[in-house]
Amino acid sequence: MDDDLVFKALADPTRRFLLDRLFERDGRTLTELETGLEMTRFGVMKHLKVLEEAGLITTCRSGREKLHFLNPVPIRLIHDRWISKYAERQISALVDLKRELENS
Amino acid sequence: MTANDVASTTQVYRVYIKATPQAIWDAITKPEWTARYGYTGLVDYELRPGGAYKVYPTEPFKAASEAQGYPVPEVIIDGEVLEADPPRKLVTTFRMYLDPALAAEPYTRITHEIHEGADGVCALTLTHELEGSPTLANIVRGSLEPGGAGGGHAWVLSDLKSLLEIGKAFAE
Repeated sequence: MDDDLVFKALADPTRRFLLDRLFERDGRTLTELETGLEMTRFGVMKHLKVLEEAGLITTCRSGREKLHFLNPVPIRLIHDRWISKYAERQISALVDLKRELENS
Repeated sequence: MTANDVASTTQVYRVYIKATPQAIWDAITKPEWTARYGYTGLVDYELRPGGAYKVYPTEPFKAASEAQGYPVPEVIIDGEVLEADPPRKLVTTFRMYLDPALAAEPYTRITHEIHEGADGVCALTLTHELEGSPTLANIVRGSLEPGGAGGGHAWVLSDLKSLLEIGKAFAE
């Protein structure tokens, strides 16, 4: 997936708002996503298409409805490539996960 | 339980990997591969409907964990293979046993689907149905990452992509 598409998709406040809504609750329909946006249904569909082409959302059919899911992997790939310092982290991830759970 | 509840507790992850479907399938189903990326557990799949699915900790994990005073269980994850169609589709149930809260949650369901696209790039889609398992949902969403506990499915898939495309996982 092309990083340019991801950055372009994220460079718009409406599209970030749509991603935020999916982060709050995943698997939403177009009708749910368009409420609260002062925009035509067609406008929201266009934004969702840009997000889907960037790989930031995936869709699946459930009966007559199309459900939208947030896909954080493209952002993760950008993070892992430029920001993350993995080398010392990863070896202890499972141990740290266990500790986090014990302490929570 | 409505369709809406199921959708809102389902997580869907997709990554594009320049590798053959068989290479991706092997990286998911063979312990010599799973030991090298993500949480680095050793998977053990009986690849037929009704077969067992287990994940064991590696020796370095067991040792590191005991040294820190948090011994890991013998089996970290178990489940049942519901569908195995190599190298395209794998469906299993999934439960994690790292602590009592996780072990008390019901079995969840994970579907791996591999679709071959153009130019030798495959789309790997991981769908995790997490109805009734909020603790596990938090972990696989990566919410515990600030504590060093790994970034869930997105992190694992990113590492898998790195391993298959560059020949190296992040930690190697």
